[in-house]
Amino acid sequence: MSRHTLSVLVEDKPGVLTRVASLFARRAFNINSLAVGPTEVPGISRMTVVVDADGDLIEQVTKQLNKLINVIKIVELTSESSVQRDHILVKVRADAATRLQVTQAADLFRAAVVDVSTDSLVIEATGTPEKLAALLSVLEPFGIREIVQSGTLAVGRGSRSMSDRALRSA
Amino acid sequence: MSKGSPISPSLMATKSAGATKSPERADRTADQAVVAADLAAASPVLGPNNVVPPTVMTGSQAIVRSLEELGVDDIFGLPGGAILPTYDPLMASSMNHVLVRHEQGAGHAAQGYAMVTGRVGVCIATSGPGATNLVTAIMDAHMDSVPLVAITGQVSSGVIGTDAFQEADIVGITMPITKHSFLVTDPNDIPHVMAEAFHLASTGRPGPVLVDVAKDAQVGQMTFSWPPKIDLPGYRPVTRGHNKQVREAAKLIAAASKPVLYVGGGVIKAHAAAELLALAEATGAPVVTTLMAKGAFPDSHPQHMGMPGMHGTVSAVTALQQSDLLITLGARFDDRVTGVLKTFAPMAKVIHADIDPAEISKNRTADVPIVGSVKEIIPELTEAVRTQFEASGTPDLTTWWAFLNNLKETYPLGWTEPDDGLSAPQRVIERIGALTGPEGVYVAGVGQHQMWAAQFIKYERPHAWLNSGGAGTMGYAVPAAMGAKVGEPDRVVWAIDGDGCFQMTNQELATCAINKIPIKVAVINNSSLGMVRQWQTLFYEGRYSNTDLNTGHDTVRIPDFVKLGEAYGCAAFRCERDEDIDATIQKALEINDRPVVIDFVVSPNSMVWPMVPAGVSNDQIQVARNMTPEWEEED
Repeated sequence: MSRHTLSVLVEDKPGVLTRVASLFARRAFNINSLAVGPTEVPGISRMTVVVDADGDLIEQVTKQLNKLINVIKIVELTSESSVQRDHILVKVRADAATRLQVTQAADLFRAAVVDVSTDSLVIEATGTPEKLAALLSVLEPFGIREIVQSGTLAVGRGSRSMSDRALRSA
Repeated sequence: MSKGSPISPSLMATKSAGATKSPERADRTADQAVVAADLAAASPVLGPNNVVPPTVMTGSQAIVRSLEELGVDDIFGLPGGAILPTYDPLMASSMNHVLVRHEQGAGHAAQGYAMVTGRVGVCIATSGPGATNLVTAIMDAHMDSVPLVAITGQVSSGVIGTDAFQEADIVGITMPITKHSFLVTDPNDIPHVMAEAFHLASTGRPGPVLVDVAKDAQVGQMTFSWPPKIDLPGYRPVTRGHNKQVREAAKLIAAASKPVLYVGGGVIKAHAAAELLALAEATGAPVVTTLMAKGAFPDSHPQHMGMPGMHGTVSAVTALQQSDLLITLGARFDDRVTGVLKTFAPMAKVIHADIDPAEISKNRTADVPIVGSVKEIIPELTEAVRTQFEASGTPDLTTWWAFLNNLKETYPLGWTEPDDGLSAPQRVIERIGALTGPEGVYVAGVGQHQMWAAQFIKYERPHAWLNSGGAGTMGYAVPAAMGAKVGEPDRVVWAIDGDGCFQMTNQELATCAINKIPIKVAVINNSSLGMVRQWQTLFYEGRYSNTDLNTGHDTVRIPDFVKLGEAYGCAAFRCERDEDIDATIQKALEINDRPVVIDFVVSPNSMVWPMVPAGVSNDQIQVARNMTPEWEEED
């Protein structure tokens, strides 16, 4: 199955996340990740949904999503035409002996240390899923205590705005 | 999103015209402009759009006033704590409220009302169990695309989420089975939510919409004005078919030698029966009408092959299997029609016209998808077909018709007389149809009697046949017949029910008797859950696990349907012999001052034929037990 990234503009109304999530569950579609937040337009939120589906199925997914009354617009973002990023917070064991090695590893990935204690560090990193997986494999030998990861965020390259166009035609 | 790729623009009801902008779609954008102009011309607010200047009233008064302004005449419901405020102004309204005995009855009645009138059916219930009792009817309406608005009371917004008395998250519960739903906590939202609910229920692919109103929103003060502004930026159903697609379809029709018009319930929902007749006659193609489409095309028409599917006619099932082109109109390739999907109509190309883009290529990939209302698509297709035939010649369907007519003559619908001396249920149903005629309305429950009512009553007009097709809800018949009779009081309305179904919702006979809704109920009493029993006979070596209901011949007769009917204030008869069938039906047809219940005692051994057993190809259709047609005797 291939991976698809859908950007979904929705009305910011109560229950809209439930409507989207339950649609995926009841139609047996696979969500890989889902991220949601407000946009530059008041009253409109944007969901980035990463779906595992083949050609026919992704068409069904988008058609079913489009049937939800609160969904305004759906665009599939390909990796070539968009910027896609995941965000991760990792708590790693790091005492006086290993701290320097851990921070150096973080530096290699342009990750930031956002919290320090005597025996651990919290590292914040942003990137593609592949980059973050590589970071984790480098940190793994030191001992990973916790991982918190966001869903993928994606935005199209170039100057045009998805919500701008959706609203103009609305 | 400069390079973001829009998703299958040819198929989607695009929510944004911008998403389809590519050179080859230029004509589509023009189409959409026309659609937009049409939409603007007709107000999306149902009803006469009377102008009501701002008036202060309570939320519950606003609910009632909104319903009146939306043109609602009849409502089915049952009050309770959380909806009590709304029932008070309802008492003073000119609208007719029918007090049911169970909320499920209100839901099915609203469905029956909607199915015969084409208008939105309305039901009301209180919070918690009142609302959950509507769930079956809402799901039924969702499966069969019935325009329905369900209004429920909800506990006060301040206590939502505290497990308050009679609190249920009915918006959450019904989310998968509604077209949309609203929770209203501010009384000022009531007018626009009501208008939006009716707009959503009745346009595009119709369906159920739930409006859940918190008690404090009913009690609170608000300023009412009409018409409200409808704000649904994500809802823009496409009604006009794409010109280019329609021309492509006409080309396929001109090139086909074995075309079939595969007609679904969408044609009835779109009121497009007359348009269909013109298309059928222009193409000369055979027509099959699904369970939901009975009456969309006259049964008596020589081009009609009957109903396809699990219990379809040999001619309809085989027409689809042998076809080289399915002209699919408002149908959805349901598994009860297709059998094993990958063996369904294996040689056929597919034209698929539907107002719901998600139905197109959901089960069977369409070669020519056309998104839009069949009301608009069919006449355009007829025109395009005529033009195409003039250009490339009318296709010769002689061989195809010789094959199909031979099937129709060799394998007509029929039945064998039961071996136990009891009446054949098929005869009873056939006689009801024959003596009542095509102007009657026939409402079935679910099971054997439903299939026989689809097979042996002749449907000549749309909106004459109501049943629970997608959901298969036992207990649909009596309340849906009640709603149909309220919607069409001048027509004879028969509930063709089974002894199992009848016991699920017969409490609405009280509603019928008290409110002078004189429906006629034919209980086809084979003393068992007949369709389940048929499967046990065929597939479980005759082990009749829990299907005997003890209501029929030579049993304890609990309940006695005649006594039960009389207890509910109905005229009630029992008919046990073939020679009494006609006279009993006549007697029922002469009674119009109260409901009639007839206990037709029939054989439990009768089975529904033909049948395509579950899990096999439609080519394996059986005309009787272990008997498949001879496919080779073609000439």
